[in-house]
Amino acid sequence: MLTKRVIPCLDVRNGRVTKGVKFKNNVDLGDPVEMAVGYSDGGADELVFYDITASAEHRPIDIGMVEAVAKAVRIPFAVGGGISCVADMERVILAGAEKVSVNSLAVRNPGIIAEGAKAFGAQCIVLGMDPVRSGKTPSGYEITTRGFREFTGMDAVEWAKRAADLGAGEIVVNSVDADGTREGFELEITRLIAEAVGVPVVASGGAGRPEHLVTVFREAKADAAIVAGMIHFGDYTIADIKKVMHEGGVPTRMSW
Amino acid sequence: MTAIVDYRAGNLTSVKNAFAALGVETVVTSDPAAIASADRVVFPGVGAARSAMDNLRNLGLVEAVKAAATDGRPFLGICLGMQILFDRSEEDGGVDCLGIVRGSVRRFPDGTGDKIPQIGWNDVSRTERGECAADFSGREFYFVHSYYAEVVPETSLVTEYAGVKFTAMVERGPLWACQFHPEKSGRVGLDLLRAWLDVQRR
Repeated sequence: MLTKRVIPCLDVRNGRVTKGVKFKNNVDLGDPVEMAVGYSDGGADELVFYDITASAEHRPIDIGMVEAVAKAVRIPFAVGGGISCVADMERVILAGAEKVSVNSLAVRNPGIIAEGAKAFGAQCIVLGMDPVRSGKTPSGYEITTRGFREFTGMDAVEWAKRAADLGAGEIVVNSVDADGTREGFELEITRLIAEAVGVPVVASGGAGRPEHLVTVFREAKADAAIVAGMIHFGDYTIADIKKVMHEGGVPTRMSW
Repeated sequence: MTAIVDYRAGNLTSVKNAFAALGVETVVTSDPAAIASADRVVFPGVGAARSAMDNLRNLGLVEAVKAAATDGRPFLGICLGMQILFDRSEEDGGVDCLGIVRGSVRRFPDGTGDKIPQIGWNDVSRTERGECAADFSGREFYFVHSYYAEVVPETSLVTEYAGVKFTAMVERGPLWACQFHPEKSGRVGLDLLRAWLDVQRR
């Protein structure tokens, strides 16, 4: 039976993994390759890297880091942040990443999803989205961009459906309201999107205790879930999380 | 020399990296002569059947790949590289494939509640046929695909998704072909690659 995936997320700034809460207090957590190996050996099902420097400062993606991670780990990983064109996607994929994630770029130019899917296959293209609770849209959730700073007025569920139609192979739903809180995933928007699209949906934002993953899989119908702060600061290991998932009746990969 | 066939069907870096992690140097090549002279051949593939078959033809690789898969040399097909060994795929409106393994490739059915593509770790179990594959029965490997190969006599490992039981791996002596990605399946994936590297030429 297909298991639900636990995916550590590593934000990378100037070659180091960092973590902040709502963009304050960026703490240096370590070397991306070392951390990737640690999580991979520790039971992670996939990894995702966001190149914050590339995205925020419009600098080229750190391809050297992607190559080093690809040589060091034997599980799939995605790379996002600063992808601005199909050539960027190609560089990242040729460097050894399995998937590229686009977010703000896709909002500005939705056609990039189709271009990427045509060039590399839908399974390589992940649409990342940052919805916020809003009274302005039918679903009650609005898409934000530029690190939650810009409100687009776009309905989150409609955007997810459009992205899937354009060829996104997977959708990461990163709740602005939950992000960094460690108080649990935003279940409603995760479930709305999981029910609206035929492609896998990854829940993101708010994971704080292993129980949160049981809930997001059982109630919000996510196919995978991203974890960050709860493992980066040593509160829990992936094994801790998976034990609780398994005991909670979630199909979980327990040997690695 | 271990050759990895490059027919413009997806990313070869992961495959190359996995063999490198096992200490095995590989040559990524589109040259039929290099493939013909290789001791063992890896045939990966990600993407779609029609363009893969078109690329093989345009690059003049069909005969070299067929020979490598049938002349007794160890041969490893991965993902699309397993699917196009079959007779035919439903993908792209229907594609005639290499016909090395008797059988068909079909799309997962919609409306089962299971998402398409299947993405993630799924467990495999052995059939009676499985020889080397038996060691891996019960283990989880990483899958990413929207089409599946039906169970055939040479299926050695099966798995299940979207209500369908299908081929996870076929074995015919030194020919192994996996739907899953051993190069992305962590430690057990490396174990499977190591086991394939131990297979002798017939």
